[in-house]
Amino acid sequence: MIDVRIRQHFPARPDSAPFTLDMKFEAGGGVTVLFGPSGAGKTLTLDCIAGFVRPREGRIAIGETVLFDGATGVNLPARDRHCGYVFQNYALFPHRTLRENLDFAAERLPKLERYRRVSEMIERFRLGEIAGRRPHELSGGQKQRCSIARALLAAPRVLLLDEPARGLDQSLRADLYAVLRQVRAEFATPVLLVTHDLDECFELGDQMLVVHQGSVVQSGAPRQVLDQPASEDIARLLGRYNLLPVEIRALDPGRNTSTLRLGETDLHGPYFPGHFKGDRVILYVRPELLTARPRDGRLGANQCPATLERISERPESVRLDFAGGIGVVMPRLDFERYKSSNSKEWVVEFPGVLLRVL
Amino acid sequence: MAIDWFPLWLSLRVAALATILAVLIGLGFAYLLANFEFRGKEGLDAVLTLPLVLPPTVLGYYLLVLIGRDSVVGRAWEWVFGGPLVFTWKAAVLAALLHSAPLLIKYARAALESVDHSYERAARTLGAPEWRVFTAVTLPLVLRPILAATALAFARSLGDFGVTIMLAGNIPGRTQTVAVAIYDAVEAGNGDLARTLVIVISAVALAILWLANRLAPVSERSRAGSVL
Repeated sequence: MIDVRIRQHFPARPDSAPFTLDMKFEAGGGVTVLFGPSGAGKTLTLDCIAGFVRPREGRIAIGETVLFDGATGVNLPARDRHCGYVFQNYALFPHRTLRENLDFAAERLPKLERYRRVSEMIERFRLGEIAGRRPHELSGGQKQRCSIARALLAAPRVLLLDEPARGLDQSLRADLYAVLRQVRAEFATPVLLVTHDLDECFELGDQMLVVHQGSVVQSGAPRQVLDQPASEDIARLLGRYNLLPVEIRALDPGRNTSTLRLGETDLHGPYFPGHFKGDRVILYVRPELLTARPRDGRLGANQCPATLERISERPESVRLDFAGGIGVVMPRLDFERYKSSNSKEWVVEFPGVLLRVL
Repeated sequence: MAIDWFPLWLSLRVAALATILAVLIGLGFAYLLANFEFRGKEGLDAVLTLPLVLPPTVLGYYLLVLIGRDSVVGRAWEWVFGGPLVFTWKAAVLAALLHSAPLLIKYARAALESVDHSYERAARTLGAPEWRVFTAVTLPLVLRPILAATALAFARSLGDFGVTIMLAGNIPGRTQTVAVAIYDAVEAGNGDLARTLVIVISAVALAILWLANRLAPVSERSRAGSVL
């Protein structure tokens, strides 16, 4: 269990605005993802845990071991913290071969034991054929595996990964995810991973922490966070919703229904506890949950007329953007059926029971 | 005519010793300046660079005051070693050091500051103590620029004239270095000796500069031009 409560204030500088880091979170076993935009303080948090940056106050503990405690003045140096750190640039020592890089992490072991552990790690991370090469002769994926193997060799209390997928293309990303799943399965080491990629949270995260302007604003399983963002800001950070201003016209707790006014259209949704009739709220709904077709004839329930503005093709799907900020993602096959119609006037249908408001 | 090669050997010996001392002192100060924040840091840097820009006579004067036979340092030296420091070849080493050490400090500081700190950080997270981080990670990463700076420092030590003549004097067979010997030869109208020593010392300097350029990575070469 990693327990982090830290505060640090960075006053304004000529080249940067003032920034306050105020992180409070606990992370258990498995992979915990720190998700947030760049500049939110994610990497800074990792640096505080690893011991590169001293927070002004707070406490950092892993299990029973206190790494930092502002109140009692405990501040272990980085070398005594046993935090494995995988840097964005991998930080493999350029003057050492891959095997020598791994040896460095096991230096305190007796020679024979070191040889055995390093060899085992080389085997496990499929580095055998390239063990004699220097980092500049390796591909990005190989460097990454070596960097993770080196960090794990030192038997860390926690593995910290700073944007591990940045700069990797799609297939290398898949390799990386496979390696990290292997780490999760074969090592008991808890992992803290920094990313700004929501797909990565879902790919790897057992738990995700949404970081915004230096603080954790929401935490939970990635699915749970995506289904119920705690605020409009978080919904915007996640970036996966239509966020539409609506007015609550009617609420009926008895029948579990509500009526929302979106532009000229009434939408029927479930009852929203904690809101009142007349409230102006934000309706959030993921684009995959909406359906759309060219307009013909009368509008049915929960259908809203919309003017098509843009079509973006994707490998498996098509995204349609309508006036008023409504986006719809539909399977490619569905879209093919409507392609012949060149009309800009469409109908968007909202899924009544799946409507949520903030 | 027979040429007295003593000044050349003395110069090489003095330069070698001064360079070794300069590397030790230079790395120490460079490490301090590159890794720690303290009050008066840039002031210290300025004082350490001063010998590169001050006239040799000024430096010589300072040193005479500092280590002359009447000074505290001079007396302590005589008490420990039983002889004065000034007007010996050891004073020539000190004179050479005054020119080579600042050069090394400047280069080594720039090299140490240019090291990507993630390497050192990675080494620390792997449990390495500070001395091990320095010897196994930092030093190998800056080895080439520092060797290049060492070669330059050696070349610079070889050529000192002003401070040497003020501090070590011009005693043939004892403190007369090449630069001083050339001056002496020209004054005495010994053109052959002057010419020979000039050609030899130029060749040595050229060879060292070539070596320094071979050692320094491309980006360091432009910086070498700006410091000299």
